[in-house]
Amino acid sequence: MLKVGNYQFKSRLFLGTGKYPDFDIQKQAVDQSETEVLTFSVRRMNIYDPSLPNFLEKIDVNQYTFLPNTAGAKDAKEAVRIAKLAAASGRCDMVKVEIIGCDKTLLPDPVETLKATEELVAEGFTVLPYTSDDVVLAKKLEEAGAHAVMPGASPIGSGQGIINPLNLSFIIEQSKVPVIVDAGIGSPADAAYAMELGADGVLLNTAVSGADDPVKMAEAMKYAVKAGRLGYEAGRIPRKDYAVASSPEEGISVGN
Amino acid sequence: MKIMVNGNGLEVREDVKHIKGLIDFLELEDKPLIIEHNQQILQKEEHEKAILENGDKVEIVHFVGGG
Repeated sequence: MLKVGNYQFKSRLFLGTGKYPDFDIQKQAVDQSETEVLTFSVRRMNIYDPSLPNFLEKIDVNQYTFLPNTAGAKDAKEAVRIAKLAAASGRCDMVKVEIIGCDKTLLPDPVETLKATEELVAEGFTVLPYTSDDVVLAKKLEEAGAHAVMPGASPIGSGQGIINPLNLSFIIEQSKVPVIVDAGIGSPADAAYAMELGADGVLLNTAVSGADDPVKMAEAMKYAVKAGRLGYEAGRIPRKDYAVASSPEEGISVGN
Repeated sequence: MKIMVNGNGLEVREDVKHIKGLIDFLELEDKPLIIEHNQQILQKEEHEKAILENGDKVEIVHFVGGG
């Protein structure tokens, strides 16, 4: 069971809702993933074409915990505003703090992320900051009251997977709050790897929505997260330089 | 009365008195939306109490797909 603040989740896979080919495929992918947490963004509504469909109309919203992000915010003030807008929907008090500090890499602004986390914790939100894979920053976010920390595996949407497993391990070993690896996951192997490192969960979007078959990939990610977690709990064998036979050396039957 | 909605000027009928009236005027009453009125984020029950005046700034936002 994954515990984040007052929330408990059976699934350790959080799923983003951006950039699916269409809502029907998205709905099937969400179903297959068995996720309990869906991320969303907050944007201006097209008031001149209110007939435009919205994914929320396609799903049973009560079945999911909403994790709105603050994407689009450039500083703590904007992030706090977006979080409050999201909360005014009456659907959620969780927020993914996402403050981009570099438009080219989409890497987070650590200073503003920390500020926003402090403010949102004080406002009573359940706060999950998206952060770079820096152990010191993760500690400071935890001290600021973050309910989980979400270090990136690699740049958002890049599908590069886990480029610095050592840094993620440092965070996982030292963190007292759940660590959810967010951003950069490309394949089920990446998700399983994150979980084997000891992450408490994985948040991904493009790896599923951009796959040739998003529905099948959602299912694959579900199993990958479960397999990685089980592997972590089971405890892998140490790596050795040379072979160690798995068949007994005694009692070998020779023909002559 | 002219107000700003999502950054654009909008001429509304004189009988649109409050935010709830604006939502009805725009035929958005069935939509899950969130309103910010002159930088004040409104809870749903406040929509009828939020009186509109000429030059007011209104933001109408909602959840969209995102990661």
